[in-house]
Amino acid sequence: MLKVLKSGFFTTIQDLGRFGYRDKGVPVAGAMDTESVKKANLLLENEPNAAVMEITMTGPKLEFQAPTHICLAGAYLSATLNTKPLENYHTVKVSKGDILAFGKLEKGFRSYLAIKGGFQTTEMLGSRSQYFPVTKQKCLKDGDEIDYLETSSFSPTISEIKLHDRFSINTLEVYTGPEFSMLTDGQLATIFSKSFKISKENNRMAYQLAELIEGHSNSILTSGTLPGTVQLTPAGRLIILMKDGQTTGGYPRILQLSENSICDLAQKKFGDTVSFKLI
Amino acid sequence: MKSYPINIKSFGECAVLVEWPSKVDESILMDILDFVDSFKSLKIPGWEMVIAYNSVTMVNYEDQVDIKKMEAMITDCYAKRNASKVKREQNLWNVPVCYDLEFGIDLQEVSKTLGLTIDELVKQHTSHEYIVYGIGFLPGFMYLGGLPSSLEIPRRAEPRLAVAKGSVGLAGKQTGVYPQDSPGGWNIIGSCPIPLFNPKLQNPCFVKVGDKVQFHAISRAEYDLHKIEGEVGIYKPEKVVLNA
Repeated sequence: MLKVLKSGFFTTIQDLGRFGYRDKGVPVAGAMDTESVKKANLLLENEPNAAVMEITMTGPKLEFQAPTHICLAGAYLSATLNTKPLENYHTVKVSKGDILAFGKLEKGFRSYLAIKGGFQTTEMLGSRSQYFPVTKQKCLKDGDEIDYLETSSFSPTISEIKLHDRFSINTLEVYTGPEFSMLTDGQLATIFSKSFKISKENNRMAYQLAELIEGHSNSILTSGTLPGTVQLTPAGRLIILMKDGQTTGGYPRILQLSENSICDLAQKKFGDTVSFKLI
Repeated sequence: MKSYPINIKSFGECAVLVEWPSKVDESILMDILDFVDSFKSLKIPGWEMVIAYNSVTMVNYEDQVDIKKMEAMITDCYAKRNASKVKREQNLWNVPVCYDLEFGIDLQEVSKTLGLTIDELVKQHTSHEYIVYGIGFLPGFMYLGGLPSSLEIPRRAEPRLAVAKGSVGLAGKQTGVYPQDSPGGWNIIGSCPIPLFNPKLQNPCFVKVGDKVQFHAISRAEYDLHKIEGEVGIYKPEKVVLNA
């Protein structure tokens, strides 16, 4: 068991997502930055879909109650194991009683804790990703205990990888969305020449951008939306849907982020800036 | 058999959108369902299909979507949608609603605005079959069409921060049930005691797009009974197979 001594700002268990229930209105959920998760699971020689802990901005304090191996990925959150600093993308052996804590957010916004074999929480509709009301809780709370497999004999083939830092990437690569053609020359010029600040309204459902662009009065019949869909409200607000975003929506879908750019955006926080580039 | 002009659009790396003419029309919805059945009969793994009103969003996370290949496949499936047609079951679900003032917190105001007595309002709300044009917004939330114009009422000026799970609402040309606690701006006229979304079941939502829903009024005592039945998982939703 992993004991959650303190849960942090918003900490959840996530795998790569819940597939096959979109037609019942169930968002795909899953890790926001899947690229980081896949790398951490790779280092631990886990299945790519093994469940990890997604840690947002302020980390939890955790106590391991059995030996295993872990790997951190994503944002740099000044992690320490028994007060000794931990590096990302580096497999580490942990023992019973070890304490994993996090400190100052240095780079990025979402950090991932992967564990040998993945967290063993109950699967709901084929996934361990926390999303209320599919799972009982929307996030972890103080005192929770999370099951994992005791492993003492693992010797990793690769113990660490060095990566190019992606946190400085501010350009989101986008495809044209289904309603791209409704954009006026003025709107197009603004979208592709200006940069936009991430507003306070940013979470696993959606990222809103602070600056308004020219509005519109186009209405569409409610239709499917995806993680990475950029909606434009009549008031001119740009809303980028993320992993817990609703499966259908009524705002024009003007752009669609590449899967890579969804991961990049997942590491942005309030006040960061982004711009769009068509691919 | 009428054919519609369909429009195939690329939608990022993982999806394709297929659109029919932009109309709320039962025959368009049925045509989309025929197309979806035709595509599903190819049994290509990994595809999820989200139908809403005049479109279907086809999503695939297992493989890169090759739009040229998909265009050809979709066009072919649409052309063959009636060839080897599997009979699709269409159900009419009889969904209980308690229109007590305790739950119908906007009933009095709505009845005043619409110029109907509460009894008339309930009678009208329960005497129509509503077609399910889509499921989205929240898990198990149905977009229902076919509301009589006498029950059309604008959304509340100020949305509520919390609308209780099960609340039955009216807004514009729509009526529906909140499947979970949620913020919302609809006018609340009653409450449905049975869960429309249950993640413990393999099919978490018994209703599917293309089905019909009719509400029937129940007493407070029946509400309490169905609520308990729903919570312990023994409530069986009542249905009539329309195309048996």
